[in-house]
Amino acid sequence: MSSLSRADVANLARLARIDMTDQELDSLATEMDVILGAVARVQEVATPDIAPTSHPLPLRNVTRPDVVEPSLTPEEALSGAPASEDQRFRVPQILGEEA
Amino acid sequence: MITRSAHEMSSAMVSGEITSQELTKKHLERISAVDKEVHAFLHVDTEGAMSQAKAVDDARARGEKLGPLAGVPLALKDVLVQKGIPTTCGSKILEGWRPPYDATVVTRLKNAGVVILGKTNMDEFAMGSSTENSAYGPTHNPWDLSRIPGGSGGGSSASLAAFQAPLAIGTDTGGSIRQPAAVTGTVGVKPTYGGVSRYGLVAFSSSLDQAGPCARTVLDAALLHGVIAGHDPKDATSIDSPVPQVVAAARSGDVKGMKIGVVKELNGDGYQAGVRSRFEESLEHLAKAGAEIVEVSCPNFEYALAAYYLIAPSECSSNLARFDAMRYGLRVGDSDGASAESVMNFTREVGFGREVKRRIILGTYALSSGYFDAYYGSAQKVRTLIMQDFTNAFTKADVLVSPTSPTTAFKIGEKANDPLAMYLNDIATIPVNMAGIGGMSVPNGLAPEDNLPVGFQIMAPAMQDQRMYSVGASLEASLLSQWGAPLLSKIPALAGSK
Amino acid sequence: MSLTYDDVIAKYEPVLGLEVHVELNTNSKMFCSCATVFGGEPNTQTCPVCLGMPGALPVVNEKAIESTILIGLALNCSIAPFSRFSRKNYFYPDMPKNFQISQYDEPICVNGYVDVEIETDEGQKTFRVEIERVHMEEDTGKSLHVGGATGRIHGADYSLLDYNRAGIPLVEIVTKIVPGTGRYAPEVAKAYVAELRDILRSLGVSDVRMEQGSLRCDANVSLRLIGATTLGTRSETKNVNSLRSVERAVRGEMIRHAERLNNGDRVVQETRHFQEDTGLTRSGRSKEQAEDYRYFPEPDLVPVAPDAAWIEKLRATLPEQPTLRRKRLQIEWAVPDKEMNAMINADALDIVEATVKLGADPTRARGWWLGEISRIANEKAVAVTELTITPNDVAQIVALVAQGELTDKLARQVVEGVIAGEGSPQQVIDARGLKVVSDESALMAAIERAIAAQPETAEKIRNGHIPAAGALIGAVMKDTKGQADAARVRELLLAHLGQPTT
Repeated sequence: MSSLSRADVANLARLARIDMTDQELDSLATEMDVILGAVARVQEVATPDIAPTSHPLPLRNVTRPDVVEPSLTPEEALSGAPASEDQRFRVPQILGEEA
Repeated sequence: MITRSAHEMSSAMVSGEITSQELTKKHLERISAVDKEVHAFLHVDTEGAMSQAKAVDDARARGEKLGPLAGVPLALKDVLVQKGIPTTCGSKILEGWRPPYDATVVTRLKNAGVVILGKTNMDEFAMGSSTENSAYGPTHNPWDLSRIPGGSGGGSSASLAAFQAPLAIGTDTGGSIRQPAAVTGTVGVKPTYGGVSRYGLVAFSSSLDQAGPCARTVLDAALLHGVIAGHDPKDATSIDSPVPQVVAAARSGDVKGMKIGVVKELNGDGYQAGVRSRFEESLEHLAKAGAEIVEVSCPNFEYALAAYYLIAPSECSSNLARFDAMRYGLRVGDSDGASAESVMNFTREVGFGREVKRRIILGTYALSSGYFDAYYGSAQKVRTLIMQDFTNAFTKADVLVSPTSPTTAFKIGEKANDPLAMYLNDIATIPVNMAGIGGMSVPNGLAPEDNLPVGFQIMAPAMQDQRMYSVGASLEASLLSQWGAPLLSKIPALAGSK
Repeated sequence: MSLTYDDVIAKYEPVLGLEVHVELNTNSKMFCSCATVFGGEPNTQTCPVCLGMPGALPVVNEKAIESTILIGLALNCSIAPFSRFSRKNYFYPDMPKNFQISQYDEPICVNGYVDVEIETDEGQKTFRVEIERVHMEEDTGKSLHVGGATGRIHGADYSLLDYNRAGIPLVEIVTKIVPGTGRYAPEVAKAYVAELRDILRSLGVSDVRMEQGSLRCDANVSLRLIGATTLGTRSETKNVNSLRSVERAVRGEMIRHAERLNNGDRVVQETRHFQEDTGLTRSGRSKEQAEDYRYFPEPDLVPVAPDAAWIEKLRATLPEQPTLRRKRLQIEWAVPDKEMNAMINADALDIVEATVKLGADPTRARGWWLGEISRIANEKAVAVTELTITPNDVAQIVALVAQGELTDKLARQVVEGVIAGEGSPQQVIDARGLKVVSDESALMAAIERAIAAQPETAEKIRNGHIPAAGALIGAVMKDTKGQADAARVRELLLAHLGQPTT
């Protein structure tokens, strides 16, 4: 059973986009160890011959016809926006790559 | 009037004894009187409820044909979106958000003339078993205000037990309808996965979530089940076949010749003595009513909890990624020069509660490269094994039964700092979600040691939900004749009602 | 000290990998019923699903699946009997759910190929580009960066998001690595994208307009020493949105890689952005840590498992393959290789075929589209298809010339008039008064005037020096403002001067 370091948890928090405090990272690292120790039990019975199930339903090919239906109005679409401008969602500067 | 069943209220409206507006007003007054103690509601929509009630009264006056629950008030768990009505999921991150659309369940309730009183409290994003994880404070169990009402749908069940509403909608991912029902002495049903549309149900764990009816009687639950169930083209995981005949089953309550399987693994160690004695008593009632009691074994159920705490967090880590301060909800830290990324990270830090963050981190880990197979992948295999256990068990029995929850309601704060102890509350309810089948909890008495309600769980194969209603109705009838009055008649009076 | 292209290919072998994203032209989006029309007002084509609102659920567009299967069949792929959608998890403000519904380890089409022909020093040569997979996903929204440097992310004060494009069905076509193209790597890359575009257009599944982003190419390039067996480090160039840019980007990256390698520098595995103005690539922001997309099966959707009947029904609707069609048309129209390639390069095949279908002679139709009309298009710096002139107009003009109603010279004026927006060919003829002068007395008067003006020339002709007639015919044509039929003028002139007319 591998134990999680604070740096591991910090990396997970980065992937999950949560700006955790150092204190939170520490306590979470401890809790994660306990929880992972418990949930790792699944490995006891998960042998290679068992097929995984990702979904309880046996459904296949559920689709909808290619038909346009009315959209929200822009006012409705933007109604919950923390900020908007020119009928667009206004967000702080994006530092990532250009799309 | 407010202590009657929804079915009785409906009859009273049909006979002209009361109007929907009068009935709705009585419930709104009850909420005003007692919700300071119970805190079942996050939002009460007085105006919307009264106008829906008036619309039903007007339709009735015009002689229109109305559904069986027209004009009956209902409490809606705050995880289902209702157009224009605040929807928070018990989280700060959605504070103030008013959705621009209705969940399919809400549309069906509105079409059936059901009066939606307001939104009920819950563990944040339905993650919890006590409603203590709500960002807006805990809900109190009307049986004992110092105790939890179960979770995540503690608000919905508490509102029933406190006579604030005769009907409620819950959602059940690992037991969030059934366990609150058990500890509040009410009825709660998780229908077959795909039986009720998830469109507009804010997702916690998409492959496990299912909305369902909460009520004070089995028949009321069936009537509500009939209103909200059925195929929805907006949900690709919705089952396109007729709704099981749940109302007829609840009315007949016939279990003669039925084989009832007691799941060996969901009893014994870890189950409170009073929970066990009530369970045995219930089995005797069912046997007396003509059912055959058999024992079945589901050896892989012991891994269900572990698998659940990998699958649900994995899915939630992805489902909750959309709460990023860009399009709706909370935005914190948007000062001069702040980047979208820093605002996102900071908003998620302050907007999510501790348990939600814990599960997001756990799920992020379980899905990350290098760990995927060992955790998420293995959990999916356990899911296969659990489904096989059910398939085998259902060759020996028509329904399976167990106690719903291993204990009665515990004290608020008692398990708040021990996630693993908290997770154990769902040990008996989780296998049902993993397999996508139906599960019901019916009140089967008070535990002698603490005089708190206990629940009896009934599980049926996929799309055989009517079997649970037959068994539930039979048990309810036997217990009613034993007690002479419904269990909730024993609930202590709330201060606000005096 | 920059390297020449010849230096690069003398030492290194390029290895290509191409990822093409195609927006399907379905009416509605991939997972919701919003319209997909290009260029709508911001956020007018959005709903709870494509805005990623809490509670909303995706449902797959059936037409999108069928279009993708058609693409797979046209690219000689196997159609998977069982495929699934997965979530690709990463945060970006233009992606409403902060995960993209895509396909991961179970794509719908696998293992195909496309043959492309290019002109080499040794003549026409065919290269086979193998297809690894074709899968479905959804597009993102668009961000507009405000303040700071125009349109650039860096230095912008804030961004404005429009989600009309979010959720438009996207098909990603990924090649296997393409070795062995040597010096022709840039041409093969370009020809592959062009071939793909033609195939997709013939299937009718996409508008394939690179300038509007409905077909986008990411070019992966790596170099290895000639003879080496291991692959070099690759760069991935995004934002390549014209056929010419594909070629330039590959060539540019080959030179850039070779310069680094020759200097003993490492090639960094990174995303680069192609810049149309300079033809160079620019490094994207390098990520401090690798992304981990945490793919897992999309629990809101069920698997796509097309049965044989469904696939065969679609296969029956496949149109003629563009390469076969080109060969057929070349034979039918009797076009030499060089002209055929010119027509393909000018992207004029469809329009010429449409003109021929309206009755025009293939050679004439081709002559107009690749000649005068292309010339005007070049002047205006637009594609011939963007001009107002239609195959119908050209077919009419060709007919009028054949009937002797117009001379070639007059017809050029008609073409110019139609392109200038003066109406149909007949309207231009009427308005400009363009008519062949067929009144013989008027022609004779002009001939008399020409003879009078050039008596020596006339005398030469009378003495049997027929070639001298050209000068007089030219004068008559000038006199009649080009509206005379030159052949008839010649006949009349020679007869008038006592010479045989044949």
